[in-house]
Amino acid sequence: MFQFIFRRLSLVIPTFLGITLLTFTLIRLIPGDPIEVMAGERGVSAERHAELSAQLGFDQPLYVQYYHYVTGVLQGDLGNSLITREPVMKEFLTLFPATIELAVCAAIFAILIGLPAGIFAAVKRGTVIDHSVMTFSLTGYSMPIFWWALLLMLVFSVNLGWTPVSGRIDVVYWIDDVTGFMLIDSLLSDEAGAFTSAVSHLILPSIVLGTIPMAVIARMTRSSMLEVLSEDYIRTARAKGIAPWRVIVIHALRNALIPVITVIGLQVGILLSGAILTETVFAWPGIGKWLIESIGRRDYPVVQGGILIVACIIIVVNLLVDITYGIVNPRIRHSR
Amino acid sequence: MTTSTETSTTDIPLTAPTPMTPLQEFWHYFSSNKGAVAGLVVIAIICFMAVFANFVAPHSPSDQYRDALLLPPAWLDGGNWSFVLGTDDVGRDILSRLIYGSRLSIAVGIVAVTASLVMGILLGLIAGYFKGMIDTAIMRIVDIMLAMPSLLLAIAIVAILGPSIVNAALAISIVSLPHYVRLTRAATMAEMSRDYVTSSRVIGASPLRLMFICILPNCLAPLIVQATLGFSSAILDMAALGFLGLGAQPPTPEWGSMLADALQFVQRAWWVVTFPGLMILITVLAFNLMGDGLRDALDPKLKQ
Repeated sequence: MFQFIFRRLSLVIPTFLGITLLTFTLIRLIPGDPIEVMAGERGVSAERHAELSAQLGFDQPLYVQYYHYVTGVLQGDLGNSLITREPVMKEFLTLFPATIELAVCAAIFAILIGLPAGIFAAVKRGTVIDHSVMTFSLTGYSMPIFWWALLLMLVFSVNLGWTPVSGRIDVVYWIDDVTGFMLIDSLLSDEAGAFTSAVSHLILPSIVLGTIPMAVIARMTRSSMLEVLSEDYIRTARAKGIAPWRVIVIHALRNALIPVITVIGLQVGILLSGAILTETVFAWPGIGKWLIESIGRRDYPVVQGGILIVACIIIVVNLLVDITYGIVNPRIRHSR
Repeated sequence: MTTSTETSTTDIPLTAPTPMTPLQEFWHYFSSNKGAVAGLVVIAIICFMAVFANFVAPHSPSDQYRDALLLPPAWLDGGNWSFVLGTDDVGRDILSRLIYGSRLSIAVGIVAVTASLVMGILLGLIAGYFKGMIDTAIMRIVDIMLAMPSLLLAIAIVAILGPSIVNAALAISIVSLPHYVRLTRAATMAEMSRDYVTSSRVIGASPLRLMFICILPNCLAPLIVQATLGFSSAILDMAALGFLGLGAQPPTPEWGSMLADALQFVQRAWWVVTFPGLMILITVLAFNLMGDGLRDALDPKLKQ
């Protein structure tokens, strides 16, 4: 087991180095001199330019610069934002809970709808139910989620007035930032109605962000269930006279879930990149909106740091999925 | 036994049924999938619109009719049949802009898919054919690219190169590269162990001939499927980049940037928001349907 984890961990290191190399190079591919980009339209004198260059290490050879960059990154130093002058890591940490909150709610929505829908479609194979689940899931999979967000907003916020248009909570509430998670913070605060307001702000963004993962989970669950349902042991279980729901839930689902869990783990990347679009539409103050705004403001350290962090999160989640998979399934653990 | 069989044995010479040509066989399986055929029809219509946009579109995509701002679709009160799907905030005909937008989306799809297909095939063949260090190096890079969400990587590339259609198309083709590399490599490795490759090698075929003339044609099926699905993600990513202001710049009629322009009118004019997104959804859905159908028709495992 430890050998398996160790082997898997050792594969992460080159990937991590590759990503730092990528973000390191990206920032140097920007046309123009980095110091002049930083100075903006004001421009800098030649002496100040040399001084800044020495201060930021731009006068050193590239491999030295890269070494400093990687050691900095490993200590959590991602540089400072050009606009706010705050450390990128600090800005990230204040905004990240908002994105996690949204992504977790979206994932819950996706699993709660996608899993039963997939099971149902597999059990009722070939019927109208199956076809409509598959049609819906293919439509969800093809959905431009920024448009889906606007459409839901148009119907539920503008026309029906059921949910608020944007933000995390009504402006009338002033919630102390304890954990950064609005649902928890609003519960902790004494203000009446704050929690309901936070929930109502979360509904539409979660549905929008969860749509594609839901479609993927439903498709995967269906095909995995179909495979398991045709196994001999399922027929045996049925022949023994076990209740049909018990065969499906206890006997089939357990084995069918293994590939589904992997797929759920892989949705983290989709959730994080989908968050960029969802947060932009709903003015949700998370890292997606932060990244897009930084691109607009040409705040390159933020763009560089943000991309690096998101990529690292995805690597870590994929690693955890792999290890869980290895624990659950011994065949994977022992294969080379 | 029966009279009919007796007559058939006497009248018609006994021959095996003529086997279907590969193309006929493909069409037989493909056409049995209704969704795939529907997808094909929709794609054909959109391609027709894209090619003949000048003739099909009732107006120019950039003409501003100052007396017809934010006009609703024709079938609603206040609508006008010369602007079937209504007009936007500066009085441009939405239908015409959508038709011209299809030209852009299809063009970007073709460019991005071709570029990544060519690069991916090249890298995949090299990795699968030479194995060893070259293979490891290429696959490591591919793994790194796969660790990043495609949209995020595309955004990063466009952020550096600057927002424009060309850069967006370039970013999309780079982002979709890993899938083609992996598919080609896997298929090449499978084919490499076949006897026909060994015999060609024994005869003295050069590596180039082995790679492109012997192996590649046998790896095409999964690549065709992936390219079709690649079209849908290229169109989706292009629209997303356009929506974020990182793709086509206004006043170019691009579906995603049309949506971004319409954001401020969500409350007043639903049609400005609804139709561009519907076009994206229909196009992407059509490509996904056709891709699924192609996979079923081309995958020998599913044919039984």
